Amino acid sequence: MNEEYCEVEEKNPMEEFLRMDRIPHIWCPGCGLGTVVTSFVEAVRKSDLDLDKLAVVSGIGCTGRIAGYVKFDSFHSTHGRALPFATGLKLANPDLKVVVISGDGDIHGIGGNHFIHAARRNMDMLVICVNNFNYAMTGGQVAATTPKLANLSTAPYGNFEYSFSLPYLADACGATYVARWTALHLRRVTRSIQEALQKRGFSYIEVITPCVTLYARRNRLGDGLSLLKYYYDNAEIQHGADTRTLDIGYQGKIIIGKFIDREKPTFLDCMNEHLAKVLGDKYQRYGEPHD
Amino acid sequence: MKKVKADPKGVLTGAHYLDGDFAIAEGGLAAGCRFFAGYPITPSTETAERFVERIPFVGGVFIQMEDEIASITALIGAVWGGQKAMTVTSGPGFSLMMENIGLAAMMETPLVIANVQRGGPSTGLPTLVGQGDMMQVRWGSHGDIKIIALAPDSPQECFDLTIEAFNLSEMYRVPTFIMTDECVGHMHEKVVIPPADKIEIVERKWYEGPKDKYLPYKPDKDLVPFMVKAGDGYRFHTTGLTHDERGYPAINAEAQDWCVRHLNDKITKNADKIIRFEEDQTHNAEIVVISYGITSRVAVKAVQMARKAGIKVGTLRLITCWPFPEKRIKELAGKIKAFVVPELNYGQMALEVERASAGKAPAVRVSHMGGWVHDPEDILKVIKEAAK
Repeated sequence: MNEEYCEVEEKNPMEEFLRMDRIPHIWCPGCGLGTVVTSFVEAVRKSDLDLDKLAVVSGIGCTGRIAGYVKFDSFHSTHGRALPFATGLKLANPDLKVVVISGDGDIHGIGGNHFIHAARRNMDMLVICVNNFNYAMTGGQVAATTPKLANLSTAPYGNFEYSFSLPYLADACGATYVARWTALHLRRVTRSIQEALQKRGFSYIEVITPCVTLYARRNRLGDGLSLLKYYYDNAEIQHGADTRTLDIGYQGKIIIGKFIDREKPTFLDCMNEHLAKVLGDKYQRYGEPHD
Repeated sequence: MKKVKADPKGVLTGAHYLDGDFAIAEGGLAAGCRFFAGYPITPSTETAERFVERIPFVGGVFIQMEDEIASITALIGAVWGGQKAMTVTSGPGFSLMMENIGLAAMMETPLVIANVQRGGPSTGLPTLVGQGDMMQVRWGSHGDIKIIALAPDSPQECFDLTIEAFNLSEMYRVPTFIMTDECVGHMHEKVVIPPADKIEIVERKWYEGPKDKYLPYKPDKDLVPFMVKAGDGYRFHTTGLTHDERGYPAINAEAQDWCVRHLNDKITKNADKIIRFEEDQTHNAEIVVISYGITSRVAVKAVQMARKAGIKVGTLRLITCWPFPEKRIKELAGKIKAFVVPELNYGQMALEVERASAGKAPAVRVSHMGGWVHDPEDILKVIKEAAK
């Protein structure tokens, strides 16, 4: 009969991984952060990780709110301090898979010092940096990632500072995995996160997203979707590109891809190996599964 | 509250000749601290050096971070990862830690920070003594929180009170401070470390109920919520934002009232259980000398001289500076002529003495700006004046 319907329960396929009691989220319509969360959750779903052992840490800012929406052990720390928080978490409980998701201002502005040292130590964690070229939560101020000429509330006549090339920085500091994508490269971001989650060591993924309300509006770059598409269309995949060539100019070409994928012992590997060698049997190995 | 015996692995039982800084590290190890993140700063670095030398044989981690901001934040992460954690610092480093001390308080994270005080402000006197951070420890982090601070006056007490600090921090889920100073930190004395089974350790207040019922910030009867650690399947959230019982952000006046009142109440309402001080001959005293840390060691000499001169002098040595023993000060204030408060600052705890005595007895300062300890004669002079 026509009236016969199959009872279908309406369920968000991501429900298992999100704090549904906190939805709707606070992000603006057209913001790229939603797609970053989708990619992250999708990557986690496809991985064979023990989800009870997955911890997400973020700092402060728009991206910093991600920790509050994902249903894992999740920590919303202070501005710039997600990496040292994650460092303590990982070292205290080496069984954890620790992922930092935070913004460019958080990780590379106020938290810049922590970034270079966590990468130098090869601290075993994945850092996903969502780069929207400005400080969005506070109303669109100039950042360490703002391309020259872009206009922001604390650069009202245009930005004249040089900006960071984030993959170059990560590479130079010793990261073992470095990639860059734009938010619309949904499947590639997902695959990249999947790949990085499998790695041991300091992995770094930059995801370029539009900030529709501030960066886009102030610079008259259209709505979120068109900027999302603009970044996508102006991106060029160059896997393994020399990280010295990855600067992003104002509305210029964005080179994306996986640039670095190497293996080296982590902080804890180095600590255990070195101290066992120097101190012999008296050394109490730390954070390794016991027999 | 669950008490257990100390893990013998970390307890260096025996009589030792140690300085205060080393004794703090030994106290931490005895208390079960297995995570230390720190940044070198005079005159506190020896604690880190002692810890890193010992930890490979105990089982744990020492990491020298890139600054004090990173150190305190790594501690908070480590505690949520399930460890007991400590750090040590001095003036400038202490200032850098302030924001994340607030995060620790907001997330109700038990951890221990020792401040081996030197002369300030700014770089001040890196190698010389001061007690200028006594108000900073209480009020330094923005917002409205309460913390616990202990002030050892000897290497032995550096050991004992570090264990006590860990116990208190676990009991109340609050950052707890060892407010020592350069003199006590660098003073070598006999330190007796008891056998592990004679050291009582307060266990973390672990949650044991059903996983889906866990609320990270639901206060228990003693106002202190139960804790879990990352990796155990609770999928919990915690934030530095004002939050509700679930740990979820709640940005409104009602949540703020609940949250901030709670952070204060759990210390204020348990203050009588936390407060510790040491009194001598206060029952018939005209003058009571109130001091702490190295200054209490110097004051002893002045008090002896005053008693010889026939003045009825009692002493009250603060062991917990925060919470402050205001009830006892108030009682004494009604019975004596004056308090004399020698400090290596312009007069910080003296303000508290004044507040607690509510006009019934003056708090006469013996201010010394630091760099060296008081001359007992200077304290004696003030005692004599006050006794007139």
